[in-house]
Amino acid sequence: MSGTFIGMPAFSPPTLPAFSPPTLPAFPTAAKEAVRNPTLRRNLRYATHTIRAKRAAAVSELDDWAALREAGRQIKDHTLRHLDRYLLQLEESVTAAGGVVHWAADADEANRIVTGLVKATGESEVVKVKSMATQEIGLNEALAAEGIHAYETDLAELIVQLGRDRPSHILVPAIHRNRGEIRDIFTHEMSEWGRPAPEGLSDTPAELAEAARLHLREKFLRAKVGISGANFMVAETGTLAVFESEGNGRMCLTLPETLISVVGIEKLVPTWRDLEVFLQTLPRSSTAERMNPYTSMWTGTTDDDGPRTFHLVLLDNGRTDTLADRVGRQALRCIRCSACLNVCPVYERAGGHAYGSVYPGPIGAILSPQLRGTASDIDASLPYASSLCGACYEVCPVAIDIPEVLVHLRERVVEGGPAVRQGAKVTLRPARGHAAERAAMRAARWTFRHPGALRAGQRLASGTRRLVPRTLPGPGRAWSATRDLPKLPPEPFREWWRRTHRPGGQAPADRQEDQR
Amino acid sequence: MSSRDVILGRVRRALADVPDDDTPYEVAVQRGYRRAHGERSIGETVDLLAENLADYRALVHRTDAARLPGLLARLLAGRGARSVLVPPGLPADWLAGELPTRVADDAELTPHQLDRVDSVITGCAVAIAETGTIVLDAGPDQGRRRITLVPDHHICVVRVPGQVVSSVPEALGRLDPARPLTWISGPSATSDIELDRVEGVHGPRTLEVVLTSED
Ligand code: SF4
Repeated sequence: MSGTFIGMPAFSPPTLPAFSPPTLPAFPTAAKEAVRNPTLRRNLRYATHTIRAKRAAAVSELDDWAALREAGRQIKDHTLRHLDRYLLQLEESVTAAGGVVHWAADADEANRIVTGLVKATGESEVVKVKSMATQEIGLNEALAAEGIHAYETDLAELIVQLGRDRPSHILVPAIHRNRGEIRDIFTHEMSEWGRPAPEGLSDTPAELAEAARLHLREKFLRAKVGISGANFMVAETGTLAVFESEGNGRMCLTLPETLISVVGIEKLVPTWRDLEVFLQTLPRSSTAERMNPYTSMWTGTTDDDGPRTFHLVLLDNGRTDTLADRVGRQALRCIRCSACLNVCPVYERAGGHAYGSVYPGPIGAILSPQLRGTASDIDASLPYASSLCGACYEVCPVAIDIPEVLVHLRERVVEGGPAVRQGAKVTLRPARGHAAERAAMRAARWTFRHPGALRAGQRLASGTRRLVPRTLPGPGRAWSATRDLPKLPPEPFREWWRRTHRPGGQAPADRQEDQR
Repeated sequence: MSSRDVILGRVRRALADVPDDDTPYEVAVQRGYRRAHGERSIGETVDLLAENLADYRALVHRTDAARLPGLLARLLAGRGARSVLVPPGLPADWLAGELPTRVADDAELTPHQLDRVDSVITGCAVAIAETGTIVLDAGPDQGRRRITLVPDHHICVVRVPGQVVSSVPEALGRLDPARPLTWISGPSATSDIELDRVEGVHGPRTLEVVLTSED
C-alpha cells in the first residue's frame, strides 16, 4: 500500500526523538486526536478496510497458507532459540562476502557507529530507504546533530518531510493530506531542498509522483552514501533482502559507493531456502499483493556492481531483553507486515499516533513495552490498548499470539515481578498506586468506552480463539512447553479492572466519542 | 568487553530457561507447504505468467526466436528511444535492423550519464508464473543492477518455457544467493497520494516483458 518498504512504514514525529517514551502522553490521551478528527477517521477506516479485504483475497489464492504460516513460525522460533550461533554464522558469511559487521548494544551505540562511518566518507548527506530500525533509534536526528542531512526517499515520507509535519497513518503516512495540499507543499518547499517542482504543477497523483521522481532523482544520482534496514538476513549465505514498491530502495542500495544497513538481530533466518516462505507470506500480508514490485537481495559486495563498501550494524536495543521473556519473546518473530494493524478495531479508531512509538497497532502494543520497559506512562498503558479480540493473531503470518502477550504484559504492569533490562535482571514494582497504573487504567477505560471497538473486535474474532491449542504441538513444544497458553479473557485482568474501575469517574465527553 | 560479547552474552542468558534443544534445523522446520500451487501443463504455466505480469501492469508480448529482433526494434521505435543500453552478454542475434544508439554497460558510466539513456534491454535469470515475477541475477545478458533501474523503459526477454518456473520455492532453487538479485513484479508503484495507484516512481515506469519461445 505505502510506497516503499513493504512492512510498516514507520512514523516518528520529526519534532520528537523517536524512542523517548517518558515525553509521550499515555495511550488514550493521544488517541483523542484521531477520534475527534472525522476526516482522519474516515481515511483510516477506508485504508484499513480496503487493504484488509485485499489481503484476504491475496491469502486465499494459496491453499497452503496455514502450512506457510506454521513454517514461518518454526523458522523464526528455531532461529531465536539458537540466536547466538546464527548471529556468529551471519557475521562470518557477511565478512567472507566483503562486508564489515558492527555490533550495537543500544540506540546510542548504533547512532555513534553510523555517524562515524558517514563522517569517514567525508560526506554530509545520505539517502535513506525507510527502515523501522533506524527510526526506532532516532538515526536522522543523531546524524543531523553532527551536520549530516538524511533524505528520506519514500514518497509519503517526502510529503511529510517537506510539509514539516507528522505522519498520521502507518500504511499511508500522508493520508491526512489531500492532493491539493500535496501540490502546494511541493510547489512551495521543494526548491528549498533541491530541484523545484515543475511550473504549473497540477494536483493529479501521476503529476505529483512525477515531481517527486525528478526531485529525488537528483539526490539519488549524486548520493555517495546510502542507509537502509533489511527485512531478512540469511545466516548461511550472508544475504540481506529489502522488499519495496517505489524503487527508491533499489536506488539507495545500488547507486551509492557506501551502503550502511542497520538491522535488528531478530531479522535473521538460518538458510537461503527459508526465504521461500517469507517471499510468499510477507507481500500478501503486507500490501496484499502476490509480490511487491521490487525485492533486492545482496551478499556483501560485488565488483563493479553496487556499493564498494558495505557495513552491517547489528542492533540489540532491547531485543535480548525481549528474548529473555518466555511469553513475550514470540514478538521477535514479527516480520513487520502490518496485517495486524489493518484488522485491529482499536487501531482503526485510535490512529497511529496514539501508540507513541514507531511501532503502532497491536504489534506496537506488545513490542514497545518490551523494548523500552513498562516504566513510562505510555508503555504501561499500551498493553491495555486492546479488546483482546484475537483478530491480530488470526492474520499474523508468523502466528504471534498477541493477545497472550498483552495479557502477560498487563500482569507485569499490575503485579510487577522479574524482568531483564539492558541485559540485567531486575524486579519490577507493581504499578499499584503509581502513575503507571493510572495511565493503564485510562487506556483500559478508553477501550471499554468505545463499544464500537469492542463489538467490531468480537465479530472479527469469532471462532478464532477456539482454534488456539493450549500448548503447541510438535517441535514448537520445546519452545512453549514451559507454560500453558492462557485462557482468554484472563482473570487477573478482570480482577484488576474491578478493583480499579470506578463507574462514577467517566468523563461524559469521552463516552460520546464512539457514538458519532 | 566488546558489544559483540555483550550481545552474545545477553542472548545466552536470555535463553537459559529454555529446555536444552538440539533438534536439528531440518527437523525443527517442517515444510508442510506446497512446492507449487495447482496442476498445470507447461503451456498453462507460461499463460499464467503472462496473465500475472499483465495484472501488475507489465506490457507482455509473445514471440519466437525468428521474430524477436523485429519485435525489439519495433518496441524501441514505438517508444521513440534515441539510445538503448545493452548488457555485454546480450545475444547478438536479438538485435538487428535500425536501432537507436547503443550504449554499453560500462563500469565508468556515471549515474548521470545513465540517466540520459532512454531504454534498456536485458534477459533474465528466471520468471515465476504464480506471482508474475522476473528475477535478474546480473548475469552477462542482464548487466549491473543499476542499468535496469535508472532508464525509464525496461524490456526484459524471457525464454519460454526454459526460464519459467511455477512458484517461488522453485525459483529459489535456481538462483545463486552469492549474486546480486533483483526481483521485479510490474513497474514500480505507489499509492501514497489518496490511495490512488500510480505506476512508476523511481524505477522504470514502463516494463515490457517479451516471452520468446525457444523452439
Ligand atoms: S505481529 Fe504479525 S501481523 Fe503484526 S506486523 Fe508483525 S508479523 Fe505482521
